[in-house]
Amino acid sequence: MSSIRNPETLSALDRPNSYIGKTVPRPNLDRLLQGRASYVSDMELPRMAHVAFLRSPHAHAKIVSIDAAAAKLMPGVIAVVTGGELAAVITPWVGVLSHLKGLKSAPQSAIAIDRVCWQGEAVAAIVAISRAAAEDAAEQVAVKYEELEAVADMRTALDPATPVIHSSLGDNLAFERVHDAGAVDQAFAASDAVVEAEFVFGRHTGVTLEPRAVVADWNAAEARLTIYQGTQAPHMVQNIAALHLGLREQQVRVVCKDVGGSFGIKVHIYADEMATYALSKLLRRPIKFVADRVESFNTDIHARDHCCKGKIGVKRDGTILAFEIDDLTGIGPYSMYPRTSAIEANQVVNLVGGPYTSKNYRARARVVFQNKNVMCQYRAVGHPIACSVTEGLVDLAAMKIGMDPVEIRRRNLIADDAYPCASPSGLRFEQLSHQASLTKIVEMMDYQALRADQAALRKRGIHRGIGIASFIEVTNPSAAFYGVGGAKISSQDGVAVRLDAQGSVICQTSITEQGQGSEALTAQIVGSVLGVSMDRVRVILGDTDMTPYGGGTWASRGAGIGGEAALQATKVLRKNILDVAAVILQSTPAELDIVDNAVINVSDGAFRIELNELARIVYFRPDTLPPGIQPELMATKHFVPREYPFAFTNGVQAAWVEVDTDTGFVKLLKHWVVEDCGTIINPQLVDEQIRGGVVQGLGAALFEKCIYDERGQLTNANLADYLVPMSGEMPDIDVGHVVSPTKESELGAKGAGEAGTAGAAAAVTNAVNDALKPFATIITEIPLTPQVILTALGRI
Amino acid sequence: MKASAFAYARATSLANALELLATHGDKAKVLSGGQSLIPAMNLRLVSPELIVDIGDLGELRGIAVKGETLVIGALTRHADLLKSSHIVKCAPLLAAAVAHVAHPAIRNRGTIGGSLAQADPASELPACMLALGATIVVRGKGGERRIAAEEFFTGIYETKLGPQDLLVAIEVPVASPGSAHFFQEFARRHGDYAIVGLAAQVMRQGDRFADLRLGFFAVGDTPVLAKAAAAMLTGAAITPELLAEASAALASELNPHEDQQATPAMRRHLARVLLARCLATLLNRPDLQTGAGV
Amino acid sequence: MTTPVSISLTVNGERVEAHVLPRLNLADFLREHLKLTGTHVGCEHGVCGACTVRVGGEIVRSCLMLAVQVNGAAIETIEGLSDSGEIADLQAAFRDRNALQCGFCTPGMLMAAQDLLRENGKPTREEIREHLSGNYCRCTGYHAIIDAVENAALARTEPQA
Repeated sequence: MSSIRNPETLSALDRPNSYIGKTVPRPNLDRLLQGRASYVSDMELPRMAHVAFLRSPHAHAKIVSIDAAAAKLMPGVIAVVTGGELAAVITPWVGVLSHLKGLKSAPQSAIAIDRVCWQGEAVAAIVAISRAAAEDAAEQVAVKYEELEAVADMRTALDPATPVIHSSLGDNLAFERVHDAGAVDQAFAASDAVVEAEFVFGRHTGVTLEPRAVVADWNAAEARLTIYQGTQAPHMVQNIAALHLGLREQQVRVVCKDVGGSFGIKVHIYADEMATYALSKLLRRPIKFVADRVESFNTDIHARDHCCKGKIGVKRDGTILAFEIDDLTGIGPYSMYPRTSAIEANQVVNLVGGPYTSKNYRARARVVFQNKNVMCQYRAVGHPIACSVTEGLVDLAAMKIGMDPVEIRRRNLIADDAYPCASPSGLRFEQLSHQASLTKIVEMMDYQALRADQAALRKRGIHRGIGIASFIEVTNPSAAFYGVGGAKISSQDGVAVRLDAQGSVICQTSITEQGQGSEALTAQIVGSVLGVSMDRVRVILGDTDMTPYGGGTWASRGAGIGGEAALQATKVLRKNILDVAAVILQSTPAELDIVDNAVINVSDGAFRIELNELARIVYFRPDTLPPGIQPELMATKHFVPREYPFAFTNGVQAAWVEVDTDTGFVKLLKHWVVEDCGTIINPQLVDEQIRGGVVQGLGAALFEKCIYDERGQLTNANLADYLVPMSGEMPDIDVGHVVSPTKESELGAKGAGEAGTAGAAAAVTNAVNDALKPFATIITEIPLTPQVILTALGRI
Repeated sequence: MKASAFAYARATSLANALELLATHGDKAKVLSGGQSLIPAMNLRLVSPELIVDIGDLGELRGIAVKGETLVIGALTRHADLLKSSHIVKCAPLLAAAVAHVAHPAIRNRGTIGGSLAQADPASELPACMLALGATIVVRGKGGERRIAAEEFFTGIYETKLGPQDLLVAIEVPVASPGSAHFFQEFARRHGDYAIVGLAAQVMRQGDRFADLRLGFFAVGDTPVLAKAAAAMLTGAAITPELLAEASAALASELNPHEDQQATPAMRRHLARVLLARCLATLLNRPDLQTGAGV
Repeated sequence: MTTPVSISLTVNGERVEAHVLPRLNLADFLREHLKLTGTHVGCEHGVCGACTVRVGGEIVRSCLMLAVQVNGAAIETIEGLSDSGEIADLQAAFRDRNALQCGFCTPGMLMAAQDLLRENGKPTREEIREHLSGNYCRCTGYHAIIDAVENAALARTEPQA
């Protein structure tokens, strides 16, 4: 399936000593392994002060007064700044995008001014010589609140009796999308069975191990702000910081060093980070903000929290005729900036039913405001919702007509030779491989043997279940994602690559690294295309002063977009090098190649000149070159997908679980994934993206939930009560691949970052329901806690 | 998330520690292993004025067998309990329980005295003390007091310890030949506090129990010795019917709370499951496994 | 008495004298006073394991110890274990297996893994999972970490040919 195109030109895939498709260790690992990395939380600058934010204890309240007199007198305190005071240096923002028609939100300030809208919103900044001193002083700031009624339950947010959070907006509806394709009513009427269910998803969050961290350094003498931040999108931060601080973009430099996990948590603009930039400008000194774990739970974006009604119509022969959904999600009091909080619901509408041939699809999604922490895009945006609803419905339909879950999928998944084609929601698929993936996973897990085990164990009162979930995944987003809506978020990436005087290769890329392996895959591509060993390639990323302009690393775009830019830039450099080599060697570029750091003859592979010797001549003895020759040993290329708005990938997951029907505990025994991300640059990195993603999905399936009370108070904002997946409960995960490269790029790579998270919860939920089949109960709520399972079983 | 400022005193002797506590009373907190106290201080849930660090008091450390009594110093760490041959021999229930306490790095610091003084109703060791019929040795202004474990735990995080008292040792009767134990808990993740747990110490006589001590935890304000259920099951031939009756009795002995993990009904249910599993295991009677009316 | 207390200890074999406020925890002492930033702070309430170091040869959560408590103690951090070469093979196993992504949990994870391998040369996968169950990793899903520790254990018990 992985045919090589452009055989007449250079292909990165088939060069001698190519690193493409090989597992090679990431070049940056040793500093992480030896405790020598540089995370923002490690940073110190001369005169640096620390900020702690006093945060609202109320979900919704008017700020009557703030008395900071006592706090200002506390030891070590430099300043106490309120929202009103900070507004002198930073303007508010509104998180809307024009392509999400009707999306509305209210202006949000860096620090609340008159009113707080969620528990955890900052009401004052306390700047001191240490974080501890700032926290001491924060206890001395007296804030008088007048509590307002909180909108906590998204289900009643639109009721007439519910207070409107932002009166200027008229109601609590942030966004609504309706979609109707095919002939849905006729399809349901023609169905032999119609099944409906309501799927409930817990609100959860990213829990990056390194919390959000920023050091902002306004140097008044240079009129320049340097922002050291663990962000996925440095140029986006540069643009927005400049815009709201009244600076030109060249006055803002964003530096992103090592980042302790991101997963979409660190791709947004947070009020407290904006406040930190502004405080640095106001106080003319470096200010450090590191969210502590409690602040992280209260202010890092949350995700999911959907309640989605679903309906499926199916013929007796298994043919799925229609899907219908009605999705509701609550996003907190503001749409996040600048990516907005409507994207997840929008994705749910886009993705439901996506793997299947059925053309009849009706959907409604409503996004409502509430007085809880803000919600926005977290790993696999919308995918787990869409996949759980779709795959849950498919299993329910199969159960209803008595068909095996694998069989119903085989009969309805889009055929692998049917591409290009489009989904009923209008998504365009270039080439997917659902059927091949399903065949492969059935083999990997030995499906029939597992079914036999299941039957044998059931006789002994042991209840095991198998769950299958096919999925599609959005990767390599073009400008269709954000740019068309007016966001200054680049969908293209740039790479500059040069051969230095000693023969080493320096590569500057606009994608960023948070552990996915951006640095490694860039070095692999550059080394392979150029013909040099990876240890000669140094990759520079995460600095707006030092790299080409680009989007960064999010939405599974680094390998597909940044990787292609690296490939194309290196091709140009290679050509430039061969041009010079031909002059030096009195040959022609076509007769020469670069292999193992040296120029050789294409014809017989004979060694001609080392690259470092060539570089020496170019940089130090250009006088020895013929007249008129001006060598150019640096090349820059940018890339953005133009044909398809997104490069869709696909895959399937399977879970094997055991449910203790006395206790409601679920044991994850084994998990399998087959996915198709096109060209695989580094198999190990892809597999580990999948595994890590799966476990984030398993966390959602079994453990993770931000638990709010009816007053909008987050009641488990710590790592003891919010349960993240730990090693003791996680299964081994087998990963397999089908390879359908995208023709949109020469590299052919699509993304792989969302796939694991997309389908894990659906597979586990289906497996639990499969295990509970003898008990005639169906659970469509996650997390699948013992309480939920025992309740469903009628045990309590 | 930084602790409030406090003063620090490193006690040089038991007498010195008691003196510090006598002077400062409830403004002081005793620092033993610190694995519950320090997180609470970091979160500013508690802000003591003075920390009395008893970590240097060697006399509070160690495990010894004195006749028919196992004496465990208050500063004995979970890791020590896990590795001690005395514990394996004389109180194997404790060894079984400690394996469920948190994680290795926590067990290297956390102490048995700290755990009992903290009196978290969801923690393992207080329930073990009930099952083992332990005695808690306390020193205070009036000298030494010996308090039966059954009397010691008085509420959520509350014990018979006054602000001027120090828990110095635990005395556990050496397990008699023929005794057996059972320990199981239901926790969401490895090392988490239990939703419900059971620490049981029994004497078997043929296919019956001559003595049965069932220490449940995470079932109310304090660990609970389920006496009514135990009484019904002691000396009798255990049938599924009897187990069902005992289970019903058990449910009324417990007064569990609602929290984010479980409703009271779920906790009662899980306690019944544990009782059935305990009996099934100790009597090697798989038929009892699901016989508790669950 | 909220005034600084003087302490004397060794850190990675080097003698250290310091005056510290009683409230300063060991993690912050190592990071902020000694600039040993390889010890990470992930939760500050003893759950995540990122701040795991060795005190007197045993692993502890450095966010759950006060700097004043380590007076007279021998502390070892990831920097010390790296420089001495003690865990070079374990680090190589992590590298080969890509058992880390963002790397923030890695120093604590290595501390816990080495602790296991010192007391149990041939741990099963279950035992590895159990011993590391107090160390949170958001990136890897743990499978690769378990593999790496298993591989390192095997390599240690099988003498080089």
